[in-house]
Amino acid sequence: MKIVISNSSPDPIYEQITRQVKAQIISADLREGDPLPSIRKLAQDLQISVITTKRAYEELEKEGFIDTVEGKGSFVAMQNKELLREKKMKLVEDKLSGAVDEAKLLGIGLAELKEMLVLLYKERG
Amino acid sequence: MDNAIEILGLRKAYKRFALDDVTFNVPQGYVMGLIGPNGAGKTTVIKLIMNLIRRNAGEVRVFGLDNLRHEREVKARIGFVYDVPRFPEDLRLGQIASALAPFYPKWDGGRFLALLDEFELSSRTVIKKLSHGMKMKFALALALAHDADLILMDEPTAGLDPVFRFELLEKLRAFIQDERKTVLFSSHITSDLERVADFITFIHKGRIVFSAGKDAILESWGVVRASDGSVRPDDIPGLRGYKQSEFSLEALTSDIAAARKRLGGSTACDKASLEDIMFFVSRGETHA
Repeated sequence: MKIVISNSSPDPIYEQITRQVKAQIISADLREGDPLPSIRKLAQDLQISVITTKRAYEELEKEGFIDTVEGKGSFVAMQNKELLREKKMKLVEDKLSGAVDEAKLLGIGLAELKEMLVLLYKERG
Repeated sequence: MDNAIEILGLRKAYKRFALDDVTFNVPQGYVMGLIGPNGAGKTTVIKLIMNLIRRNAGEVRVFGLDNLRHEREVKARIGFVYDVPRFPEDLRLGQIASALAPFYPKWDGGRFLALLDEFELSSRTVIKKLSHGMKMKFALALALAHDADLILMDEPTAGLDPVFRFELLEKLRAFIQDERKTVLFSSHITSDLERVADFITFIHKGRIVFSAGKDAILESWGVVRASDGSVRPDDIPGLRGYKQSEFSLEALTSDIAAARKRLGGSTACDKASLEDIMFFVSRGETHA
């Protein structure tokens, strides 16, 4: 698990942690069952409050990304396939939206864009 | 949550200063920062916990025990680090440790030597040869060697360079890895506590302004900045102090969400640092 805390970021520290952990789970850098450092250990490593790391883990648990077992620690949760798929869909949508914006800037119409997409899709097998 | 320290209605009157009805708890397993300007009463609170001065009223319980009736037992579990550690100048570090060891049932001589090593100190060095920072480290080594459950520090970072300060804060975080251990740490250098503390108690003119989780404080307090005349101090929700100059108004609010909502885009609402909070609350009373 890799986490970098920025002091100048407007986002609260617990949010910086949850965002980075989620990204690593979605990208599969962290896999099902992988152990996370303890709340106190993470606080020590990042030199931040125990309360902050506790809150980050609580949020991750609430959203189903991690499980905490009393006395054993926290682990990356068994991924709900639907949930993960939804998240990846969102990623695809975001990238397509970016392409649409660029196309509009260049004055490329919908029909032409569709044609490009069909070609690209076939090209990649 | 269990409390390592419970302070209830504590009073201490001096000629020009009084600690007035001070009540707060230090939860076990966390770092509590005690902040306030010079002369606010931080050292008085710590001296009363250690029973170095006589209180006029109130109660102090450490690990659930009254700090006067169970003084010996309570003190054996506290590692006390003064702002200026006072040890006999001509004694060697090892001699001081041997003299103190009998007072601590859990004293661990081997651990003490290992800590000296880690802090790059020698048991044969004489106290007067140590710099301020080295004395601080020695005092911390003593506290850790008797396996204290509570470390009490009065302005430990004052007069230390940033390297020493950082090292000290790292040691405190390591100490707290054991969730039965607790730290109470007074400082007017708020940036040290901004990072490391779990809870903050703010004392001003002998009274507690607040005692709460640090994250909660930093998320709800804010500084509002407006150009002159566009906003009056009374318009700001949760106003806790302000500074008015010819061109602008700067004000501290304890409810930044409400301030943003009411004042909208006409002002800048930023997060407040502990330093902002200390500054505006301290001067707020004379200007409000």
